[in-house]
Amino acid sequence: MSGFNVLWLQSGGCGGCSMSLLNAQSPDLISLFEQSGINLLWHPSLSEQSADEVSTLLQAILDGDIALHALCLEGSVMRGPAGTGRFHIMAGTGKPMMHWLRELADVADYTLAIGSCAAFGGITAAGDNPGEACGLQFNGAVAGGLLDEHWLSRQGLPVINVAGCPTHPDWVTETLISLAMQEFDQTSLDNLNRPRFYTDNLVHHGCPRNEYYEYKASAVVPSDLGCMMENMGCLGTQAQADCNIRPWNGSGSCLKGGYACINCTAPGFEEPGHPFTETPKVAGIPVGLPTDMPKAWFVALASLAKAATPARLRENAIADHIVVPPESKDKRGQS
Amino acid sequence: MTQKRILIGPFNRVEGDLEVDVAIVDGHVSDARVNSPLFRGFEQILQGKDPRDALVYTPRICGICSVAQSVAAAMAIADAQKIEVARNGRLATNIILATENLADHLTHFYLFFMPDFARDYYRPQAWFGDTEARFKAQRGSAAPAMLQARAAFLNITGILAGKWPHSMSLQPGGSTRAVAPQERIRLLALLGQFRQFLQTTLFGDSLDNIAALNSREALYRWAEAHPDSDFGRFLHIAGALSLHTLGRATDRFLSYGAYALDDGAGHVFSRGSFDGRVQALDTAAISEDISHSWMDGPAQQSHPFDSDTRPGADAGKGYTWCKAPRLAGKVMECGAIARQVVHGHPLIRDLVAQHGGNVESRIVARMLELALLVPQMENWVRELRAGEAFCNQAPLPDDADGAGLTEAARGSLGHWLRIRDGRIHNYQIIAPTTWNFSPRDAQGTPGALEQALPGTPVADDDEQRVNVQHVVRSFDPCMVCTVH
Repeated sequence: MSGFNVLWLQSGGCGGCSMSLLNAQSPDLISLFEQSGINLLWHPSLSEQSADEVSTLLQAILDGDIALHALCLEGSVMRGPAGTGRFHIMAGTGKPMMHWLRELADVADYTLAIGSCAAFGGITAAGDNPGEACGLQFNGAVAGGLLDEHWLSRQGLPVINVAGCPTHPDWVTETLISLAMQEFDQTSLDNLNRPRFYTDNLVHHGCPRNEYYEYKASAVVPSDLGCMMENMGCLGTQAQADCNIRPWNGSGSCLKGGYACINCTAPGFEEPGHPFTETPKVAGIPVGLPTDMPKAWFVALASLAKAATPARLRENAIADHIVVPPESKDKRGQS
Repeated sequence: MTQKRILIGPFNRVEGDLEVDVAIVDGHVSDARVNSPLFRGFEQILQGKDPRDALVYTPRICGICSVAQSVAAAMAIADAQKIEVARNGRLATNIILATENLADHLTHFYLFFMPDFARDYYRPQAWFGDTEARFKAQRGSAAPAMLQARAAFLNITGILAGKWPHSMSLQPGGSTRAVAPQERIRLLALLGQFRQFLQTTLFGDSLDNIAALNSREALYRWAEAHPDSDFGRFLHIAGALSLHTLGRATDRFLSYGAYALDDGAGHVFSRGSFDGRVQALDTAAISEDISHSWMDGPAQQSHPFDSDTRPGADAGKGYTWCKAPRLAGKVMECGAIARQVVHGHPLIRDLVAQHGGNVESRIVARMLELALLVPQMENWVRELRAGEAFCNQAPLPDDADGAGLTEAARGSLGHWLRIRDGRIHNYQIIAPTTWNFSPRDAQGTPGALEQALPGTPVADDDEQRVNVQHVVRSFDPCMVCTVH
């Protein structure tokens, strides 16, 4: 069968990246894969094959009888307890999933970590990391996970980290289709091996709260309309993703939903070191400043902006709907 | 007598990984043990965190029950805070939760459950051609249209919750996303589009007519008149294969109640348990048993407020990471069928009275909820009052307990939170499939699926044991929630 063969496995995660993948729109996922020549050898939510049929398929891939163009892992690699992998023994096989993954990665043209769990460890690695979870080729921000930092797939790329919690369906489909079109190489990846087509943007770009940000008109409690950087823990000015350019579920984003960006595409996002929805500050200044912005500039601009905040923004920032509309300069009818 | 023991797994088209160990004697399952093979440790991760951080972590227990997890966490914190939920926030929460639950019902029916009838095994059946064309995994004509309808329906969460899964819009005091008056028009348009898909494709009939079905006889009369709808196709197969004789479990049902009404006036689908008659739910009688789990801890059962979760891969008789929750010591089944039998829908009451909980009645209950809830959702949207609060605020207590009990698509979900010195001291979670796929307890009583499987016929020529697959998937298991 011609086409680009994809095998999708799940381990220490929630399945949310698969559920998000099914949200693909215009066209739907099945139509998109079909027209792009993506052939799902097996996906846990979509395929008919169960039980022995799956183990037989995996063995055929390992034996080289079926070409594996892309191996996708969703969820962390579960190494615990004590490095045994018993926290996830792949059902019906008696073999820890981490062993399956190592073997399959060696026969795949490309290996993709789908979501921040598979990329870096993610939520499953939070707290004291009871599951000894790590990513395929990273352990948090440190290179080297299940696979060592110098590991390259058969086509010469490291693990492609399609990070996010969950991932946007387009991030996954566009990475796979780019690979199938042979338009994806090392220059397509950022320093954490994430696809640059979405991490060259900041979540801040296109944020509907930008005007509040500019004037430091800040939200104080959940449901307020103001900028969430100063008080509510928002990391949108540092987080690398195009969430406010590429809509989620038709029109949404975390910011549009009224809650902070928690930088879920970054390693270690799961342990911010403070409550997620509170901004840590020193002397009243947020500890985390916008990416590429010198601190002195931020402080100067912020104090200037605060002094100049229009009443409209000051009042709307702490309301859950617009209470003061913009003043219309067009006085038509008042001649 | 022929006897063999088979390990079946991985089960796909369930959420997460699943393994079932069955003994087969003379062509029938005689014994089953269910293993939830993945452990992550959310309850340990949550220890010592700021209680509000549960709103980040717990939805990420599960990508398919994400909103239900958020709702349970928000309710547990709200219970600890003693905060009153803003009326608009309650309505928004109901809409968001219903969106997830109905999308899950649709996903289960079209992507997880029906493709098993398009397996080659059924090729000799008269209904196979049509079923294969419609439901064959990845190739059938139903999935693309269903995926479009599902994704468009979930655009409701793009408006009300930012995204799905893993929203943080659901808060103890309501929701973070106020709705402008005209946005209700967009929400109603999305609901109208979904209603149209249900009425033309799934049912081929009005939602009112589905909601009004009141007996098994009426259901099958309806099916004969609607053979070209997808629900009609299912019922035709269900009749041909006698799916009502497959997968009967305990016939004791549990529902925490779903979709809060105003001012604490209860739920749209009421709370209670059912074992032939409805009983009030005594949540103090919920306990967890770890006698057959890979867990360390005391042998006696304890209430989730007082229990903990300590994995022990070599623990005694353990064969799963799943604990065994019990209500007053009894095995309970939860899910759409439990919600509707507890609430008293006449169709589900009749199905259960005649043949108990089984493969047929579990599916019918899910489809019924699609017909029942879309009109409710339209009402909730109309009831949103622009300009009034969506989210109330209250301080977090330093020392308090809180419970959050709600209904995910696949059944009863509970969070039990203990706050001490302003931090999470203990956080225990019992998910729907923890109930349904629990292992044996200290008395040796098997869990609901383990009781549903014995007696299931397995033909000699059936290498895939399709009946076992039907029974397992009829519960719509969510394995990532089960152990978490």
